[in-house]
Parts: sequence; structure tokens; C-alpha cells
Amino acid sequence: MIDLEEVTKVYRTGSLSVAALRGITLRVDEGEYVAVMGPSGSGKSTLMHIVGCLDVPTSGRYRLAGADVGGMAVRQLAEVRSRQIGFVFQQFNLLPTMTALRNVELPLVYAGVDRADRRRRALRALGRVGLGDRVQHRPGELSGGQQQRVAIARALVTDPALILADEPTGALDSQSSAEVIALLNELHQAGRTLVLITHDPDVAGVAQRSVRLRDGLLVAEEALV
Amino acid sequence: MSWFETLRTGLESVRTHRLRSSLTVLGIMIGIAAVILTVGLGQGAQNQVSSEITALGTNLLTISPGSSTSSAGIRQGLGSATTLSQADAAALASKVVAPDIKAVAPVISSGASLTDTANSNTWTTTVNGSTPAWATVRGRSVTQGRFIDRQDVTDHTAVAVLGSDTAAELFGPLDPVGQTVQVNGVPLSVIGVLNTVGSSSSSSSTGSDQDDQVVVPITTATERLFGTSSLSSILVQATSSGTLSAAYQEADTELLAMHQITSPTQADFTITSESSLVSTATSVDRTLTVLLGGIAGISLLVGGIGVMNIMLVSVTERIREIGLRKALGATPSLIRRQFLVEASVLGLAGGALGAVLAVVGSVVLPHATGYPVSLSGVAAGGALAIALTIGLVFGVYPASRAAHLPPIDALRSE
Ligand SMILES: Nc1ncnc2c1ncn2[C@@H]1O[C@H](COP(=O)(O)OP(=O)(O)OP(=O)(O)O)[C@@H](O)[C@H]1O
Ligand SMILES: [Mg+2]
Repeated sequence: MIDLEEVTKVYRTGSLSVAALRGITLRVDEGEYVAVMGPSGSGKSTLMHIVGCLDVPTSGRYRLAGADVGGMAVRQLAEVRSRQIGFVFQQFNLLPTMTALRNVELPLVYAGVDRADRRRRALRALGRVGLGDRVQHRPGELSGGQQQRVAIARALVTDPALILADEPTGALDSQSSAEVIALLNELHQAGRTLVLITHDPDVAGVAQRSVRLRDGLLVAEEALV
Repeated sequence: MSWFETLRTGLESVRTHRLRSSLTVLGIMIGIAAVILTVGLGQGAQNQVSSEITALGTNLLTISPGSSTSSAGIRQGLGSATTLSQADAAALASKVVAPDIKAVAPVISSGASLTDTANSNTWTTTVNGSTPAWATVRGRSVTQGRFIDRQDVTDHTAVAVLGSDTAAELFGPLDPVGQTVQVNGVPLSVIGVLNTVGSSSSSSSTGSDQDDQVVVPITTATERLFGTSSLSSILVQATSSGTLSAAYQEADTELLAMHQITSPTQADFTITSESSLVSTATSVDRTLTVLLGGIAGISLLVGGIGVMNIMLVSVTERIREIGLRKALGATPSLIRRQFLVEASVLGLAGGALGAVLAVVGSVVLPHATGYPVSLSGVAAGGALAIALTIGLVFGVYPASRAAHLPPIDALRSE
């Protein structure tokens, strides 16, 4: 599913340049559940943004589901994000002015799904994360755990093959964390490829495999199951 | 994604950001209304002057005596010569000589003091000696009594027709018809009152008040009142506006012949058309309109900068939103379209409300200030175009730039 080869990422701010990734080679197979760990600043988020086609590598090659992402035009990248990838962010990133339902519908809008279908699928996704009774609430009217569940519903509503989660439990208490982790686990059981970034070894424990980053390099890989 | 869907997304965004949307709309609305109203005020003033000039008579040429040279060799001002006679007027009235002239009215005017013999009220105004054609040429009628007729002219009858203001000054609420006024000591009986043209302010633009004057038979004027037979002017009405210049030519040629003048530069008379008066007056007012329009344009610009500011701030605020939408699969062109829709909706709403406000203003302002407002579609269209442009340029341009950032840069911006 994911095939990274010697991927580097250098951020330039003025004369200063920071090498966030310094040559990552990583394969994730279809249906795998991989946890990415590592200290703060080691490049985990940077890696996930590249895997999710939200950012482009400075050098190296990235193939997603067999297609070379490096050669893709802006439109094609948008298409890939829309059809193949679902994101769950640490800060939820819901639109505060829209209801939970509209937030979940949004990826379907860009995927060109018609209104009735969109509504039906969004309601089903919200039901699946246990928020069937909160669909008309705005993010401000929901708890952190509920907001993250809305975000998960949004990530799975387009039925993507790959779900990327960047510290999805980072802003949540242990109870909500457990719910979120259980949900992600379910998605994996349903056959999706999952990449999860976390600091928490317990959270990483549910994955099949974990990789460790330090200073932009892959330092350890271990199979957990 | 279809345009319909984009429209829905744009509208949703406008609805969910109520305060920002209403501020933007308010800014555009006031700017637009200001432009439409100021241009309307200028246009209104222009129309008023035109209509006052038309009230002097349509398709009208005025022939005035030229300048004269006294025995001491001093040239005197225009109109001082005594070169126009009733014979000239009679010649111009001939259908053979001047086929394009419909009516001719010789006029002898002079200021005179009028006294109401019953109450000894006095009033000073212009007395015009003329013929029945005067009413035709000036486009006037009588509201009470009758106008002077051919018989009056033949018989040198001692009668007078009063302007409505003149009648009111002399007789107040009494019926003026049948009363007697003394002009230069000669008692004249009032036979009629002219219709009101209601050009109280016309004195400023056209030089005389059409509701304050007296008309008497020309023979009465020459023989009983003023003791002179040279004319102050000859009013000539062309058969239509299209034949005005032909009528001008005919009058010119005929008078030169009558006065035995070979070179037109030596003419002892001048012919002016009311349309030249109209064009002078309207060009003055057009300058005014342009000036007012300029001021309005500046106010629109200032309003536009306000709108621009709101738009810029709102787009900056929403760069995260743009990043998120892109992360969820939106292409840059969809983002651009969404902001295009938003900016157009705000611009059009502001423009439409501004136009409504201007229409309301155009009804209220004349009542409050007495100045007429005439709404112009061109000004409204122009203002709307400017408002839309402002909205589009300052709403869409930054959004479109944000749409081309890598999504993560947009998402991370604070
Ligand atoms: N936009 C950017 N511009 C410049 N440097 C950046 C940018 N984003 C990240 N970096 C740098 O790249 C390095 C890796 O950052 P990254 O966000 O990937 O870390 P992380 O592993 O996700 O950390 P954390 O666990 O705190 O989220 C850090 O040194 C960071 O300062
Ligand atoms: Mg991170």
C-alpha cells in the first residue's frame, strides 16, 4: 500500500534549514496496522503528511497503491486524498460553524456524491462512532472525545483504503482515548490499512507493528503481534 | 463538484459567518447607495433645468435686435437697436417665405408698475405687448377667462392677461377676471389668467419668472402704454424640432433681405434658440454631476477599502479552513469557486440592498431637501460593477493564493 524509498524532507525558513526526515525507507502492506512512535520533533507528523499527500518530499520516491505520487499534478493529488485517504488529526480540525453532520458530509461533497446519498452515508458513519444522537450539534457543543469521534466518522465516510491518525488520543482523557482506540481497531478489523502516530506505548500496543523514529531516521522496527 | 453544489457551499459559508457577511454587505450597500444618490441628485438638477427651459416654449427661436451705434459713434449693447418691426414679424409669418415656421409672435416688453384700482395695491412686473400667437409659441393657456384675440389687437382694446403669481399679488383670493389694473396710468380690464408653470426657481436659470408677467394686445402696448413701436423680440416657433435649423435659416435670410443687409456679419439682429440655452445649462449641470459622481466614487472607494479589509482578514482567518477542505479532497479550483460564489453573493446582496436604499432615498430626499433626484441605471450598474470587482479581487485573490499552498501549510497556519 505504502512504499517510501529514501524519503527526505527539509524545511527552509529564511537561511535556516531543518532536515525533518533524513532518508526514510518504509513499506506498509495493505490491511496492516502500523504505529509510528518517537520523541517529539523526530519527524512523525512530517512523515504522515507526506504519506497523506498533504505535503511533498524534498527527495526520494513515494508510491501509494502502486502509483508514483511524486509525478502527480495538484488535481490528481486532491483526487487521491479524496478517494483513498482518511485523516484523523490531533486537534480534530472540524469546521466550527458546521454541524457534525455537515462536517462528516464534507469529504463526500468533494468526492462528488449526491445529496441524498451523502446524508445517508454521513448518518451511518456517525451512527457507527456512536454519535447518532448528536448529528445536529456543532463541534463547540461536543466534548473532546465526541469531536474526535466526529473526525473519525469523517475519515471513514468515504470508505478509504488508508486511514492516517496523528496522535488521535493526544488531547483526550483515558476513557475517551480507549473509545477512540477501540474504534480504530474496528476499522482495522474491517480490512483498512491504518497508520497511527502516538507517544503512548499502550496505544501502540494494539497495532501489529511499530516503527520508531529519531531525528528524522528510522531507528527500530518491531512486530508486536 | 457541480456549480450548484459550489453555490450551496458558498451560501452556507455566508450564512454561518453572519456578522462578517452583514458587515461586508453593509459596507457595499452604503457605498452603492451613495453613488447612485449623488449621481441622481446631479441628474435631477440637470433635468429640472431642462424642463424649465422647455416651459419657455418648444422649438422656439428668439430674434432680438442687434447692437446699435449712437450718433456719437458709441456702440451700444445687444438689443439696444430699434431694428425689429411688426412688418418683419408679418413677413416671417408668411408660409411662402418661411414654410418651416409655424407661428410668429412679435413682443414689446417693458417693466411697468401695476396698480389695482379697487385697493391701490401696486406690483412691478414685466408687461408684454403681443398677439394671440404668443400663447401658441410659448405653449401657454389660460386657466380663467380668455387670452387676447385678433379683435383685441385690431381694436387696441384696453385688456390684460395676468400671470398667476401676478394675479395673486394684486388681487389675492379674489377672482381677477373683470377687475381693472392701471398700467402707466392706463386702466386695463383683466380678461384672463395664464396657467401656472410652477417654475419658482426658474428665475435663477432662465432669467424670468414665467408666472409673473402681464400680456396685453401689442397695439395697446405700442399706442397706449409705451409709445414706441420697435419690438423687443420676435418669437418664432418652428414646425418641429427637426425643422428648427431650417426655420433659423429662413428667418435669417428673410430678415437680412428685409433690412437690406448683404453681409451676414453686418446683421442688426441676433437669433438664439432655446436649445442653445438648454445645452449651456445642461453642460453646467453635467459638470456638477461629474463632480458629485467623483465624490461618490471616492466614498465608494473608501467603502471598498473597508470591504477589502474585511475580506482579507476573513480569508486569512480561513486559511486553516482552506487547508482542511483541501485535505478532505477539494481541488484549488473548487476552493477558488467557493470564494468566488461567496464574494459574488456578498457583492450582489450589498449592491441590490444599496439600490433599494437609493430608491428609498430618491423618494425621501426630495421631500426633505427639495432637490429632485433622478435615478440612473448607468450609475447603478457602474456602482454594482465596482462593488463586485472589489469583492472578487479582495475576496478571491487571497483565497486563490491560499488554495495553491500545500494543504499542510494552510492547515498549520494560525
Ligand atoms: N513547517 C515547518 N517549518 C520548519 N520546520 C518544521 C516545520 N514543521 C516541522 N518542522 C520541524 O521538523 C521537525 C519534525 O517535526 P514534526 O512535526 O514532524 O515532529 P513530530 O515528531 O510530529 O513531533 P511531535 O511529537 O511533537 O508532534 C521538527 O524539528 C520541527 O521543528
Ligand atoms: Mg506531531
